[in-house]
Amino acid sequence: MASRPRTLYEKIWDAHVVETRADGTALIYIDRHLVHEVTSPQAFEALRLAERPVRRPELTLAVPDHNLPTTARVDANGAPVPIADPESAAQLAALEVNAPAFGIRYIPATAKEQGIVHVVGPEQGFSLPGTTIVCGDSHTACHGGLGALAFGIGTSEVEHVLATQTLLLQQSKSMEVRVDGDLGPGVSAKDLILHIVGTIGAAGGSGYVIEYRGRVFEAMSVEERLTVCNMSIEAGARAGLIAPDDTTFAYLKGRPMAPQGAEWDAAVAYWRTLHSDDGAVFAKSVTINAADVEPSVTWGTSPEDVVAIGGRVPSPDDFADESKRVAVQKSLDYMGLTPGTPLTEVAIENVFIGSCTNSRIEDLRAAAAVLKGRHKADNVRWAIVVPGSGLVKAQAEDEGLDKVFIDAGFEWREPGCSACLGMNPDKVPPGERCASTSNRNFVGRQGPGARTHLVSPAMAAAAAVTGRLADVRELV
Amino acid sequence: MQPLTRVEGRAIPLGLKNVDTDIIIPAKWLKTISREGLGAGAFEALRAEPGNVIDDPAYAGAPVLIAGDNFGCGSSREHAAWALGDLGIRVVIAPSFSDIFSGNAVKNGILPVVLPQDAVDRLLEVAREEQPISVDLEHQTVTTPYQDRFTFALDPFRRDCLLNGLDEVGLTMARGEAIGGFEATRTAAQPWLMRGTAA
Repeated sequence: MASRPRTLYEKIWDAHVVETRADGTALIYIDRHLVHEVTSPQAFEALRLAERPVRRPELTLAVPDHNLPTTARVDANGAPVPIADPESAAQLAALEVNAPAFGIRYIPATAKEQGIVHVVGPEQGFSLPGTTIVCGDSHTACHGGLGALAFGIGTSEVEHVLATQTLLLQQSKSMEVRVDGDLGPGVSAKDLILHIVGTIGAAGGSGYVIEYRGRVFEAMSVEERLTVCNMSIEAGARAGLIAPDDTTFAYLKGRPMAPQGAEWDAAVAYWRTLHSDDGAVFAKSVTINAADVEPSVTWGTSPEDVVAIGGRVPSPDDFADESKRVAVQKSLDYMGLTPGTPLTEVAIENVFIGSCTNSRIEDLRAAAAVLKGRHKADNVRWAIVVPGSGLVKAQAEDEGLDKVFIDAGFEWREPGCSACLGMNPDKVPPGERCASTSNRNFVGRQGPGARTHLVSPAMAAAAAVTGRLADVRELV
Repeated sequence: MQPLTRVEGRAIPLGLKNVDTDIIIPAKWLKTISREGLGAGAFEALRAEPGNVIDDPAYAGAPVLIAGDNFGCGSSREHAAWALGDLGIRVVIAPSFSDIFSGNAVKNGILPVVLPQDAVDRLLEVAREEQPISVDLEHQTVTTPYQDRFTFALDPFRRDCLLNGLDEVGLTMARGEAIGGFEATRTAAQPWLMRGTAA
């Protein structure tokens, strides 16, 4: 009997069901677990109190990223620089103790492989197609760019995975976001995912796993796919997926933790089966024409508050729904914006290039291409570049990108999450605006009172040069 | 985990949609290595506004919070559930929740109740009149002194965990043999999956 056509999500799900309970909850096997310092201490503490060991320590990889300062990590003599904030220092010290105590591989802050978990996983070949990947971080959706079922979990689930290498889950529904055609010049993967979030809304993917399908995604590099899947959570979806293909395999081959030799061949043969079957049914389907996507920017305090750079700040009256009108007014008050203002007239004082969304080598190249031979505008007080990992940083330095950034008036920092969430010292001051390549424009996200405009790396560079939100197509 | 069967009391009429977990607990509070004391940082920016609903004495100790669509969106930080629990919240009522937040809530003995927008609007009215709202998990109902009665759905496993205060980790560890069987099959067929590194 021929089996029912399945979506990619259903195939990966089915391959990981250990057993299904009578109430329909499934026990799902977890292949890869990434751990960072912020959402793990309470999980390790709970294991310790209950005297529970880690079931498969070799399937977990720990790396600090959220809380680390991005200033120099070692002094002139090569000695580690102490972390000034005692709470941050204690949290980082906890991971440094917990990982080896439970037999988990740990990449220290001073290692060249250190970086943001979602940059490190793919870069090391720890994240692989068809695997289930979890991390106590909602942007775990990122790894879906490799064709992995990857999603964020809470600390209780971190504990559950450490103790059992499984999670108790209800199956989500499959949603298709199809984009055919070609993206225009100056339009990036970031612009596309902002456009998608703006189209389906911040809760549009709630209860679904999104599979991104169509020519645009097939033509993308792995870095671009990671950017797209990263922000699936901003549309409310637990995970995003792009079917693995030759681009994926070429990216992974030879990575330190990826399979090798005969195992590599077997893995690729398996990975080639990982695509939605013809006739597979998606519970929801959205189609977007690539030609309609323009360089995009957010104006409000939800990632769904997206407009094309040529647009204007909306008015609450533009929205039919009463609760949305209230939300828009609150956002405009917080953002200090007047309805009808062209976005290109909005001046900015800060630029942040980094985060798990946009801190990979291609992102830095795209920003540097705009900045080369230019300098940030006088009204831009603070501009920083935070590479996603030590390896990205080294590669960028090999290519001379660091010089381009520094000559343009940017600070060139050490890897970490940095000003994406304002947990370490990198914050945007109250009332100031930031053109940011990160993923969330929430109230207070980049620091109390900070006003965030989400953009692509090239658009962030354009904002730095002009001192306002700007259309990068006018600069290239 | 503290079992939850029935909760009755005043409800904080927050009402906002897209309340993200950065609003519930800002990042600076995540530096803790404990689960305790996060109520102090809950809704910090909102509570800086004079006359805000969270600190309104009329709702002091209220065990229910009523919000708009997509409550708990954004970051997976379980600190959001810990912070609400520390405020004394046992039930959050909204038209929809983020997937991650609702899971985190249940694991901390907080019941996410999904009701249609018109029911939520009605409960907001009752809450603003400072009348109590009663939530019965066993019968899956929300009632008011005005004879309003709404029923809600909840997946049976989550209901069971909340009613009995079950420890999920303990439940799953008891299935160790099934997990071991799954692992053995995979080790034979796809050994690279079970190593987490190159051979």
